[in-house]
Amino acid sequence: MSAVVDHHAADDHHHHGPQSGFRRWLFTTNHKDIGTMYLWFSFIMFLYGGSMAMILRAELFQPGLQLIEPEFFNQMTTMHGLIMVFGAVMPAFVGLANWLIPMMVGAPDMALPRMNNWSFWLLPFAFSMLISTMFMEGGGPNFGWTFYAPLSTTYAPPSVTFFIFAVHLMGISSIMGSINIIATILNLRAPGMTLMKMPLFVWTWLITAYLLIAVMPVLAGAVTMMLMDIHFGTSFFNAAGGGDPVLFQHVFWFFGHPEVYIMILPGFGVVSQIIPTFSRKPLFGYTSMVYATASIAFLSFIVWAHHMFTVGMPLAAELFFMYATMLIAVPTGVKVFNWVTTMWRGSLSFETPMLFSIAFIVLFTIGGLSGLMLAIAPSDFQYHDTYFVVAHFHYVLIPGAIFAIMAGVYYWLPKWTGHMYNVPLSRLHFWLSFIGLNVAFFPMHFVGLAGMPRRIPDYALQFADFNMISTVGAFLFGVSQFILLVIVIQCIKGGRKVSAQVWDGAEGLEWTLPSPAPYHSFTTPPEVR
Amino acid sequence: MEEQPKQAELARTIRRSVLIVCGMFFFGFALVPLYDVFCEVTGINGKTSGERYEGVTAGKVDESRTVRLQFVASTNAEMPWEFRPGEFELVVHPGEVRDTVYLARNLAERDMVGQAVPSVSPGLAAKYLHKVECFCFQQQPLAAGAEAELPLRFMIDPEIPEDIHTLTLSYTLFNADRAAVRNKTVLAQQRN
Repeated sequence: MSAVVDHHAADDHHHHGPQSGFRRWLFTTNHKDIGTMYLWFSFIMFLYGGSMAMILRAELFQPGLQLIEPEFFNQMTTMHGLIMVFGAVMPAFVGLANWLIPMMVGAPDMALPRMNNWSFWLLPFAFSMLISTMFMEGGGPNFGWTFYAPLSTTYAPPSVTFFIFAVHLMGISSIMGSINIIATILNLRAPGMTLMKMPLFVWTWLITAYLLIAVMPVLAGAVTMMLMDIHFGTSFFNAAGGGDPVLFQHVFWFFGHPEVYIMILPGFGVVSQIIPTFSRKPLFGYTSMVYATASIAFLSFIVWAHHMFTVGMPLAAELFFMYATMLIAVPTGVKVFNWVTTMWRGSLSFETPMLFSIAFIVLFTIGGLSGLMLAIAPSDFQYHDTYFVVAHFHYVLIPGAIFAIMAGVYYWLPKWTGHMYNVPLSRLHFWLSFIGLNVAFFPMHFVGLAGMPRRIPDYALQFADFNMISTVGAFLFGVSQFILLVIVIQCIKGGRKVSAQVWDGAEGLEWTLPSPAPYHSFTTPPEVR
Repeated sequence: MEEQPKQAELARTIRRSVLIVCGMFFFGFALVPLYDVFCEVTGINGKTSGERYEGVTAGKVDESRTVRLQFVASTNAEMPWEFRPGEFELVVHPGEVRDTVYLARNLAERDMVGQAVPSVSPGLAAKYLHKVECFCFQQQPLAAGAEAELPLRFMIDPEIPEDIHTLTLSYTLFNADRAAVRNKTVLAQQRN
């Protein structure tokens, strides 16, 4: 079968290659080109948002105000959050989806290639607009990435309107991207590729895409209400006119909680591809993985108020949201169990993607457990808005989402470029990142439990030592990301040629294609048995 | 020949996805009235009814117990008025109709209109606090420098659970000038 595919692919490669110059990237409808652009965009945003984190950590190196004004500090916390969530993590996963889903399901391209181009090209405009607010009078958004009203309406800087339209554009981009992914997965699968034969990465993305089209419109609604409150005299969130600020938090977190699963479910998918390969065993409990992912997605819609335990909810609601939140630990536990069981008695080898995946399992579990602590309503009153929360979500997002993305990049980079990356350098990148992030974020648990509030530029003296350690770790983590940049550029330019299979144990349609993957692949659908 | 049904299927998938997107966009807005209705039915938001209570019946006073009602007043940042309760606390029997006042003074150099927004804590007790007469039912115009006693007549429902001993009724006074432009006549009438 693969011989036939190779022949067709090679043919296409010679006759309809990419256009030359910038027109290739501007007008492309090729899923591989668009995937590449998404990934580069996300990496640029990752460095940009990361440099903001460096500013924050530099200010927090010592108590007192040294480097920046509190107003600017607030803008940095806000922009760091927004850029990392919407600019780095989400586009990176969409990039992986663009590259891999058509190759994994045996489709020639995404279902809606022109819309695909549009979804990507909205992002640079959205983020230029968002970033431009930093240079406007009154500064950029300074109300936290959760932009609670009335802080983001009545008391917001004038640039908030640009922020709102930037969020609209990002939302439109994500929604179009998701519809495209859903249509590709549901309609373009190769003959014989039934739903329950799909690779887990495809499954997790299908579920994520449904989450996206369900909640991004709610976010769009929330920012539209803000826009109307600010400019058109409505009072959705203004108590003076009969509105309710707490309503904003409900609407926001109705979007926000599914959003955090949007950022992690594709990561689950990536890790579920990598662990079996380097354990040389099929994934343990494939079916339970699919159902666990679906359960997490469903539960994500009924737990939002656990972000708001301290707004003054009645006991019954606190109990409901507490128990529902704890319930999420069950399907997540199933997943962790399955990954560990896949490795159990496998013939493990520790290539860089596997290192990142194992770190993912260990550290994501730590983040999950601190999440369970936060889920307990009575103790959340102590932890709420402290560095414990910061430690928790950085533990699930960096070694969770970001490590999964990096694992995926190292795993598929040889397939994309046709070259093996610099292995010793990639190990250095892994270990520096691993050590850096733990040094940066583990102490935050302690200062958080001791009561250090989040989103402040200054702090009480007893937190000084741990904050100094955090800053050192953060800079170690930040600087080591340039190693990844070097590795990727080196790998694109050259390196040891790899076979189509790349990794011995890898299974899936993408490994039947030659490396580098031809510009057009699966123009004739492969047979899947 | 095989292409036609595939295209139709694709179109159907896209139609359904777009429908979900539109549906969820409107659902986001529908959350606003749903939230109000939900809070009103369950009474969990500490919001009291915005309407006059008509169900007062004589002789249903529960003399066997008392409830402490505390009064709190605050003004919104944009409201340059002095605003405080006339009495900070009353001890009442459930079922008893009582009167108290809030005191307001317009410290600004211009005529203004205020709107008080109530909130009750604990939130679940809000539906047992009935207002027979309240200044919060209307906007309150005050001429520059003027002072007013704002009346409040209330009753605590005899049905109030035994374990609630203390209620706090808080009013926040908001600047309602913009909303009051429509009925400026109110102020004119008051001056005459």
